[in-house]
Amino acid sequence: MLRNTTTRYGWAAIVLHWLIAALFIGQFALGLVMVRMTSQRTSFELIQLHKSFGFLLLGLVLLRIGWRLGNLSPELPDEVDPLERKAAPTVHLLLYAAQLVVPLSGWALVSVSVLEIPSVPFNLFVMPHLPLQVSDAAETFWVFGHKWLAYAGIALVVLHILAALRHHFWLRDVVLVRMISPFFARSPRKPE
Amino acid sequence: MSVHVFGRVLGAAALIAVGLLGDTASAVALSDAAGRYAVSNNGSSIRFAIGKIGGGGLSGAFGQFKGTIRIDGGDIARSKVDITIFPESVGTGQGRIDAFLKSDAVFDVANSREITFRSTSVRRTGDNSAVITGQLTARGHTNTEKFTAELQGLKGGQIRFRVSGQVFRSRYQMDVGTPIYSNIVAFDMEFSGRRG
Repeated sequence: MLRNTTTRYGWAAIVLHWLIAALFIGQFALGLVMVRMTSQRTSFELIQLHKSFGFLLLGLVLLRIGWRLGNLSPELPDEVDPLERKAAPTVHLLLYAAQLVVPLSGWALVSVSVLEIPSVPFNLFVMPHLPLQVSDAAETFWVFGHKWLAYAGIALVVLHILAALRHHFWLRDVVLVRMISPFFARSPRKPE
Repeated sequence: MSVHVFGRVLGAAALIAVGLLGDTASAVALSDAAGRYAVSNNGSSIRFAIGKIGGGGLSGAFGQFKGTIRIDGGDIARSKVDITIFPESVGTGQGRIDAFLKSDAVFDVANSREITFRSTSVRRTGDNSAVITGQLTARGHTNTEKFTAELQGLKGGQIRFRVSGQVFRSRYQMDVGTPIYSNIVAFDMEFSGRRG
């Protein structure tokens, strides 16, 4: 039940999927809020929290990619049309890329910031800065990059959610529910 | 910072009164040192530094402050020091950090325009040094702080002190960023006062 098979996801993939989903969406919301706070103190503290969760997200994404590469991927149900069957791997690849580059761009941002504020995830340890040149121009570039990569990533997530809901409520196949539990590997609700 | 200044002033006063100052101070009679000195920005500085995790830190200075030192010629323990710092004048060389320090996160200059120190006692610790104790008030919080002071010189009605000390910023609701940035603020100050 931990590992994937050709028909279902194992618990490891399922837990990683939902943890990363919650973190990615939560980080997006936190990112929007933290730069709009009236209180500079609250803003500073939220930014440090955003950095902490960002490093956690990055670690989980790397773990997930490793798990994905070392596991089977369940096949799509037979009823999925050929176009979607061809598009799905590309969309999934883009989603993985977004999960990776958004936190990495955030790490680059804090690394080049002229404020040189250390990153201390959850006050546990010092995460070294990336070996990048510190400058106002570099900080401006990575602020822009991190922001728009996050917007692109959340757009992909929205598409992903809409597609999953389509599978569940319209196509009524097993694509969504098999990511909830390995016990839902077969659809009990095929259209009559 | 104010505490440091006070400390130095009181320390110097004590040394002068007891006649145990070094070469510079030993030539100074208590009657010569007694009086009221106005601390000015000219020749004076209030610098601070805060360490950060992993090395390095944040340092800066206050550009605007004022104060008075009253050295009692008869009883050095009755000498007084008052220092007022205007946190609006804080400078670190980085405008964004300055704005952050002035904001509600640290000094909250919109609601708290002054930081004050008023000495309460002085204890001589050496030929030209002393510990100055006083009440430091910032952001509506008042705590007792101690600073060490060294007399640097007294000449032509001009007195100079070097004052140093450490303050826990959490005691003044300024502990944002801990533990990334140390809770301890180290002050290094030089005060120059003219009698009159």
